[in-house]
Amino acid sequence: MLNQLMPGLRLAALLTVLTGLIYPGVVTALCRAFFPGAANGSLITRDGAIIGSALLAQNFTRPEYFHPRPSAGNYDASASGGSNLGPTSQKLVDRIAAQRGQQATAGLIPADLLTTSASGLDPHISPASAQTQLARVASARGATPEAIAALVATFVEPRALGLLGEPRVNVLRLNLALDDRFPLRK
Amino acid sequence: MTSNGVFQILLYCSLILALTKPAGAFMARLFAGERTFLHPVLRPFERLCYVLIGVREDAEQRWTQYAASLLSFSFWSFLLLFLLQRWQSLLPLNPSGFGPGVTPDLAFNTAVSFVTNTNWQSYSGESTYSYLVQMAGLTVQNFASAAAGLAVAIAVIRGFARQQTNTLGNFWVDITRAAVYILLPLSVLAALFFCSQGVIQNFTPPTVVTTLEGQQQVIAQGPVASQEAIKMLGTNGGGFFNANSAHPFENPTPLTNLLQMVLIFVLPAGLTYTFGRMVGDQRQGWALFSAMSVLFLAGVFVVYAAEQAGNPNLTQLGVASIASEDQPGGNMEGKEVRFGIAATALFATITTAASCGAVIGMHDSFTPLGGLVPLFNMQVGEVIFGGVGAGLYGMLLFAILAVFIAGLMVGRTPEYLGKRIEGKEVKMAMLGLIATAAAILLFSGASTGFTANLNNGGPHGFAEILYAYTSAAANNGSAFAGLNANTPWFNTTLGIAMLIGRFLIIIPMLAAAGNLASKKRLAVTSGTLPTHGLLFVTLLIGTIVIVGALTFFPALSLGPIVEHFLLQQGRLF
Repeated sequence: MLNQLMPGLRLAALLTVLTGLIYPGVVTALCRAFFPGAANGSLITRDGAIIGSALLAQNFTRPEYFHPRPSAGNYDASASGGSNLGPTSQKLVDRIAAQRGQQATAGLIPADLLTTSASGLDPHISPASAQTQLARVASARGATPEAIAALVATFVEPRALGLLGEPRVNVLRLNLALDDRFPLRK
Repeated sequence: MTSNGVFQILLYCSLILALTKPAGAFMARLFAGERTFLHPVLRPFERLCYVLIGVREDAEQRWTQYAASLLSFSFWSFLLLFLLQRWQSLLPLNPSGFGPGVTPDLAFNTAVSFVTNTNWQSYSGESTYSYLVQMAGLTVQNFASAAAGLAVAIAVIRGFARQQTNTLGNFWVDITRAAVYILLPLSVLAALFFCSQGVIQNFTPPTVVTTLEGQQQVIAQGPVASQEAIKMLGTNGGGFFNANSAHPFENPTPLTNLLQMVLIFVLPAGLTYTFGRMVGDQRQGWALFSAMSVLFLAGVFVVYAAEQAGNPNLTQLGVASIASEDQPGGNMEGKEVRFGIAATALFATITTAASCGAVIGMHDSFTPLGGLVPLFNMQVGEVIFGGVGAGLYGMLLFAILAVFIAGLMVGRTPEYLGKRIEGKEVKMAMLGLIATAAAILLFSGASTGFTANLNNGGPHGFAEILYAYTSAAANNGSAFAGLNANTPWFNTTLGIAMLIGRFLIIIPMLAAAGNLASKKRLAVTSGTLPTHGLLFVTLLIGTIVIVGALTFFPALSLGPIVEHFLLQQGRLF
């Protein structure tokens, strides 16, 4: 039995070098060469400053912007996670009732706009959730809801291959386009 | 359920069905020592590995030596990973200066977790471990534990395939081949595709940005794509980030999500074909594949229906829960818009059927029935395709039990693949089954007093504890993540449960295989129960469901089952 000890140590050391240093090093070099933007976090720059990642939600509370889904981690991109509240949780029901109260729209609100995501950083909302916010954004920007709706329509990403996932709108990209196309009067 | 959702599930199943034969045939050739299309490139490197490890390629091992090699390798792996965590503040590639937070009990838990292919995480990745620990510690064990599982599965199959011999192959050769020819090449390809879609891969410190509304946001960075690929392919499941595959930096698009799901099942499904090839009867492999598929599909559609139906408490508050082309509807708490309900339900079933444990939605926030299926998948031992290697040898354990039960019913000595199943094999199978069930139930029972560590009250709180020990003993690693498990009690007991779930299955199965290898293969007679037809598949499914249900029904009824009825009545906790 004891003669199995040293091969075990040598294999563990070999795999540490091979799969723990060489493999990630080679992958990093290849990714940096072929996909530099993606490898570094799909960062978006405006006026020379990085304003966020296209893949991560950031908090929007002003009326002139579309708002993302609520975040259990307050949009902290260094502490991801969900609420982990179960379906029979009093806290969950209270929180959603409060969020429902903040919505100006009557009627049913899309589920994704009232629930926290799994990551706390979900960059997307459903097209229906964008629709719910049209009137508020339009009036804050002095634009017609139709004009805003036309812009939103260009930002709806379809299902991959027409089949996978769900149609969605990237909130940060949409808000950047809003600032561009319907700037606020100072 | 929507038709689009159903099509997504069927597309996935077709892909797995199509990949089973090529993956399985490749593995059969590789582990038989035959040349594959990768040999011209990788064979010299494989030889070099044997020189470096100091073993002979042609040496055969008895089951005891095979097990001793595995234990030796696992021991050193554990020690290296434990020390790496404790010393991370002294080592490079630690731009955020992590270190003091890693207590001895957390380091023990994490080291056991990754060495046993569990990848339970009591910690939050982006705020606990340096880039060096994530790659030279955790990523390494993602490769190592999966390769070891694959090696054991091949050794167990040899027990059935060989006759009148006392050896099962060579652990060092099997694990080297698994890592060099299968895991490494596929991981490089998968990592590149992930990065092309937006998964990050860098060593830069966290990026500090000022958002459009003028707030500060600190964006965690790191070598994620390389870890992500093997995390899925090795059915490991330990995320770089706390949110795991729900994090947009781990799994940014529906396409990366599809690949992640395919990577989880491709080797376990392929192994059923490898099994058929190695025992010389392809139908035997497809029989196991069929039993797994039936259990899998049943699980997927229960989760999908339950999650799409949503939470009745929220519907009353004015939350739209009907799916349409404009919104996913259903229970979206703890789910991501880009995946929606169908993909999340599919992923949750796959990740717990296999011993992966990666998540794209928070299982803690699933509806009671949606959370019941992942629990049950793990409790039956993750034999529904299962972990890399672990799924197949777990399924063979149930096959032994199934023929034993059938033998009892008709009063004949049971046989499987021409091998008499006798006292020793059945005892070994039962030992594995009882050890893991005991670890789950006894530790769960002993932990019910820790209510302060729970995020939910009532039956859901109990389910958080039950899920934790189930996940640990089944070597899964997913969680009802509301449980705060980073305490000495939970870290230690969960670690013990993981060790039991790994080694008290592997060692008995190797012992049984060693015994089987020495037996002669009997000729098929009119009295032989065929183990490739509908009758056997039904018997196998029945054995799995009945054994699982008898063992765990009382515990499940205190958790998700009673929660389901209370939810319908509108009770809150």
